[in-house]
Amino acid sequence: MSRFRIPRIPAAEITPHEVWLSRRRWLRQAAALGALAGTGPAALAARAGGDSLPDLEGRPNARFSIMDKQTSWRDITGYNNFYEFGTDKEDPRRHAGRMVTEPWTVEVGGEVLKPRTFDIDALRRLAPLEERVYRLRCVEAWSMVIPWVGYPLSELLRQVQPTGNARYVTFETALQPDAMPGVKRRIIDWPYVEALRLDEAMHPLTLLVFGLYGKVLPNQNGAPLRLAVPWKYGFKSGKSIVRIRCVEEMPYSSWMVAAPTEYGFYANVNPDVPHPRWSQATERRIGDHILAPRVKTRMFNGYGEQVASMYAGMDLRRDF
Amino acid sequence: MPAWICAVISSQGREGSTGSSGSQPPGLPENVNASRGAAPGNEGEPPGRRWTARAVGRFKPVLFLLCLFPVVRWVFLATGPGGLGANPPEFLIRSTGIWALVLLWVTLCITPLRRLLDQPALLRLRRMLGLFSFFYTVLHVLGWAYWERGWSLMEMWADIVQRTFIWIGVLATVPMLLLALTSTRGWMRRLGRGWQRLHAAIYGIAALSVWHFWLVRSGKVDYREPVAYGLILAVILLARLIRRRSRA
Repeated sequence: MSRFRIPRIPAAEITPHEVWLSRRRWLRQAAALGALAGTGPAALAARAGGDSLPDLEGRPNARFSIMDKQTSWRDITGYNNFYEFGTDKEDPRRHAGRMVTEPWTVEVGGEVLKPRTFDIDALRRLAPLEERVYRLRCVEAWSMVIPWVGYPLSELLRQVQPTGNARYVTFETALQPDAMPGVKRRIIDWPYVEALRLDEAMHPLTLLVFGLYGKVLPNQNGAPLRLAVPWKYGFKSGKSIVRIRCVEEMPYSSWMVAAPTEYGFYANVNPDVPHPRWSQATERRIGDHILAPRVKTRMFNGYGEQVASMYAGMDLRRDF
Repeated sequence: MPAWICAVISSQGREGSTGSSGSQPPGLPENVNASRGAAPGNEGEPPGRRWTARAVGRFKPVLFLLCLFPVVRWVFLATGPGGLGANPPEFLIRSTGIWALVLLWVTLCITPLRRLLDQPALLRLRRMLGLFSFFYTVLHVLGWAYWERGWSLMEMWADIVQRTFIWIGVLATVPMLLLALTSTRGWMRRLGRGWQRLHAAIYGIAALSVWHFWLVRSGKVDYREPVAYGLILAVILLARLIRRRSRA
């Protein structure tokens, strides 16, 4: 009995890559035009960009997503604090292309039962990818709304099994001096290190991020993997992570060392505790009209319902 | 304030009494200025080499347009593909601040330039440059008042008393307002010799501006720009000092 055979597709019937690309470009331009005219899908226009990056889709997770208008691809990838590439907001986009992200391994160790070094591809497949739209509030009083692609950090930590001694988790950013012009200046004692309390790291909102807007993370946003801890100021979400360690004592994060009066360990978004040099009561939403007023900053960046209980009984003015 | 700046200021005060052509009070009526510029044999210079007041006056509209370059640039950028970047208010607040500083430095260059080039008539450009520096300062303050403080006087006051760099900025701006208001010929006449003493405040304003800029940048521990502006200011002020010494 003859088996059913999938017919071979003649090469001529496959759309050449350039044609496919140009079609996408045309669609995007049409979407942008439509958005300008106020008729088209603005979301599509916002999504435009990152054509050179591979797709990385995640299943939309509505439970952990907000409905605010999403910040454009251009602003998310062109207005970054990633001091390894320079302190100017445009520096990361300009210089991050030289960072080598393949091959990439992440060493997970410290107070864990099963220390392990993961290859980035294995890590991407460790758990199902989700798309979550989070608010990002920078300590500099601006904010964005970003559709991240990733899975909860807890999925990774469960694999390595933190011991009973593990109380904190540190995240170390890659240090590639040849690709990172910013590290010549010792603003920070490189490499950049951030840390969370174990319960914060295990919280379902804490996302290990691999993608953005359905694309693999651009280098300036922390490729190939970074954190997104939406109720804390942005600097807590370490980028381009190479090492994750569970530790017993509260670690000193890079900013705690560099400016102890300005940055504490917790760095929870808190409109009532001003930064020494500016108020945290309001924020500028990136992408808003130039004359739009500032937005009121919310306690825990609006995620209080999910996270406030972790800080019950703490004086958040002291533990800022 | 460093001792050498005080020295410059105090010598500035004495300057009027020496009677040399390079140090006449800036408030002198234009016709006096013009006749001096044209006076043959003044300080033993060949007469033709000095620009007349009229020649400098003809250049003034060109300089006026040049001073508007930042505004043209903002409009050009705002209408271009990249706009004013991801955070236009931040861009404009910073840009107005930088241009206020640049114009202030250019203003302070006039006196040493007059002496080095032996072109006293350049004085006629100084007020306009100073007022342009004030213009960009006003935009800088308005930008802060609207985009940072939402026009709320309470919020502005809270910012001033809570933050050193804002306070320093206010300390630099208020006297600048006073200098702008007294920059007219009428006020020069009314204040007489006191006018020059009052306007020596510009040195203090310049020093406070650099301090303000320094404090703004302290967050990124990136002092390269404030240091550069401070050094240029030092050179501009030292240029006067050296000239004075060689004369004495």
